[in-house]
Order: sequence, then C-alpha cells, then structure tokens
Amino acid sequence: MSATYLLHLADNALILGQRNAEWCGHGPVLEEDIAMANNSLDLIGQARLLYQRAAELLGQGATEDSLAYFRDVPDFLNFTLLELPHSNTLLPTASSDRDFATTIVRNFLYSAFMVLVWDKLQNSQDSQLAAIAGKSLKEVRYHLRHSRDWLVRMGDGTPESHTRAQNALNHLFAYTQEFWTPSTHETAACQSGMGTDSSNLQTDWNAIVDQALLEANLSRPAAGGFVSTGKQAIHSEHLGFVLAEMQSLARAHPTATW
Amino acid sequence: MTTPLGQTSDERQALHDRVWALLAPLTDPEIPVITLRELGILREVRDGSEGLQVVITPTYSGCPAMGQIEDDVKAALDAHGIAAQVITQLSPVWTTDWMQPEAKEKLRAYGIAPPHACEAQPSSVVQFAARAPRASPVACPQCASVNTTETSHFGSTACKAMYKCLDCLEPFDYFKPY
Repeated sequence: MSATYLLHLADNALILGQRNAEWCGHGPVLEEDIAMANNSLDLIGQARLLYQRAAELLGQGATEDSLAYFRDVPDFLNFTLLELPHSNTLLPTASSDRDFATTIVRNFLYSAFMVLVWDKLQNSQDSQLAAIAGKSLKEVRYHLRHSRDWLVRMGDGTPESHTRAQNALNHLFAYTQEFWTPSTHETAACQSGMGTDSSNLQTDWNAIVDQALLEANLSRPAAGGFVSTGKQAIHSEHLGFVLAEMQSLARAHPTATW
Repeated sequence: MTTPLGQTSDERQALHDRVWALLAPLTDPEIPVITLRELGILREVRDGSEGLQVVITPTYSGCPAMGQIEDDVKAALDAHGIAAQVITQLSPVWTTDWMQPEAKEKLRAYGIAPPHACEAQPSSVVQFAARAPRASPVACPQCASVNTTETSHFGSTACKAMYKCLDCLEPFDYFKPY
C-alpha cells in the first residue's frame, strides 16, 4: 500500500513533467522554453527517485523504467488536473493546441499544493521519501515562484492576457477538488506514517492561492461539481494520448539500454 | 585491530586516503573547472558490508550528469584495480553553501558568477509563497560590476540562471543558490 502512495506522487511528477516538456521548442519566448524544460527536468528527476523507491518496496523485478513505461492508463494514479492538454476547445481564447495561460495556471495550482505536501513529507516515517521531499521542496519553491510571477503578470496585464488567465482558472479550478478528497492509498499512507493528510493543507493552500489571485486581479471560481478521480486510476480520455507518446519508444525497443 | 574486511584499520584508512587522492582530480562533467569534491557531490569514502563504498549526492533531482559522474568515479578506481560500490545518497540535501571560497573563485575565473549564500527560508511555507523575490546583486565575472540584470532565471543547466552585465555588456551564467 505504501508503494501505491509513492506511485501516486511519482505519477504526478512524471505526467506533469511530460506535459510541460511539450513546450520544448514551442515556448512563447526563448526564456520560457528553457524554463519549461528545466521545470520538466526537475519533475522527471523527482519521478525517477520516487519510482526507484517504489520499485524497492514492490520487488518482483519492478524498476523505475517498468513503472514509468510499462503500466497502462488504469494503473496510473496522477491527479486528472495534470494530464489535461494545455488548452481546452471549450475555451474561446485558446487559439492553438498550447495555451500558455493554461500551463501557468496549472503549474501554479499544483506547485502551491506540492510546496505544502513536500514540506510535510520531510517528516515522513519512510526516510527515503523524507530525503526526496527535502530535495523536491527546494525545486517546487522556484516552480511556484515562476508560475506565480507569470500568473500575476498575466492577470494584471492586458485585457487579452487577463481574459486568458481567468478562462484557464475557470476551466482548471474544479479539478483541484481532487487534492482534498482522500483516496484509500493516501489514508493508508497517513496511518502508516509515510504520507501526509492533504485535507489538513487546504487552509494554507487557500491562503497562497487567494493572495496570488488578489495580486493578479483574478477572481476565484466557485468550487463544486464533478470531483475528478485520477488518483484513483479513473482518468480523463487525455491520459492515454500522453502515455502513447511517452511510452512508445520504450515499448518499441523494450530491451534497449543507453 | 582487524576489520570485518580482513585488513587492519590502518590499512583500510590508507586505502580510503588513496581513494580520496584518486578521485580528487575528477571534475563536474558540465563545469570542468570545479571538482566533484569541491562541489560537494563526492560525500564520503567508507567501508560497507561488502567492501568499499563511495557516496555521492545529486545536485538537482533531474541532473543528467549523475550517471556520468558515477561512471567517472568507477572508471578512476577501476584503472587502479580498486573495486567500489557507488552509492547515491539524497540526505543531507545538497546545497551550494557547501562550496568553498576557492571553488567559487574558480567558477568566477571560468566566467560563471558564483552562488550567493542561500537565503534563510521563512518557517511558514505560506509566507514564502507570498514574498516577492528580492535578488541580491550579482557581480559580473568579467568586470566585477554589480550593474547586472537577470535575463532568465533558467539557463543551459538546472543550476544556472542567465544574466547580462549592463556595464561591459557581456552575458554570463550565474550559479544559483540552492
């Protein structure tokens, strides 16, 4: 069960890392192209450390590569928020398949959550997870700072940038409800002392988000409606496409090493 | 006194000293002017239950140089017939504060502005998030002017930001405090 919790954390990092890497070569400006690639490198690095630890606990020949490349959609435990495309056809302002405001808003909402999660997991009873948390906390701090800076710049920018940021927020905000709804593997990980109860982090998360939205001149959408279930392995239709691209090389050459 | 590895503790100590000496010249694959020991990546030489262990720690989680560093350590010891296990250990978390003044001077001479000391983090994570970034001035490694500006917080490797000197107009890398 504790390996399942590690897989949830690892899948979050891997899937968002893969999504953010889609900006590589397509960034709105060169500096942001590099920023997104750096951010992905950190997330994929965190995912590797977490998969390595999960593989140790799982045994039976599991490796970081088998966990990342040879599991399918019903095995992945990431938040639905992280697998969504960088745009939504329902958004009138998303004119291409990559809307930078969607990327920034997602990274902000998730980083604001993970800065709190990693901070708590530094005290995990699993000493390897505690060590990973210590490293990841340093990295998520500047991920949060980067996305928060852009959120304020867009929200408090031109009418066009403001509209895009608000639309992205309206689209993504409901998916954050999943943060606060414990899954069985999270509850078990809390009881064993490995994990942290994320519902205790909601007040701090609200404080971080509300302060940023105030500075950004953006309004907080009402929560409610459908609560997504990605961390319970029930996903949107988008994850399959992410995995198809990410896993194709490893599956075409399953014995390759580099 | 005999150790579990069948040698006296003096003999083991002599071996450890020799390993440190052999590994001393190894440099970072991406910043070849600074050694792994100076960077704080090379942490410890010790005896494990199955023999010699060399402990390394990664800089950033995703640092792609770690595989190369592990290979370099093994190769340097293999060349002298020494078998060692390379262990990657995450805790204590690597920090640029471990870099000694001499190492920082080597970076500067190479054209990379060395890292400032890490800022103390507020005890509450919420406070961190709300605080606007306030960067201390970074001196240009070419002309020492502090009239510089950050062009991008992210650069060619995870550990560096891109800066520009407004006096001599040279662009340069800044090794970020971590």
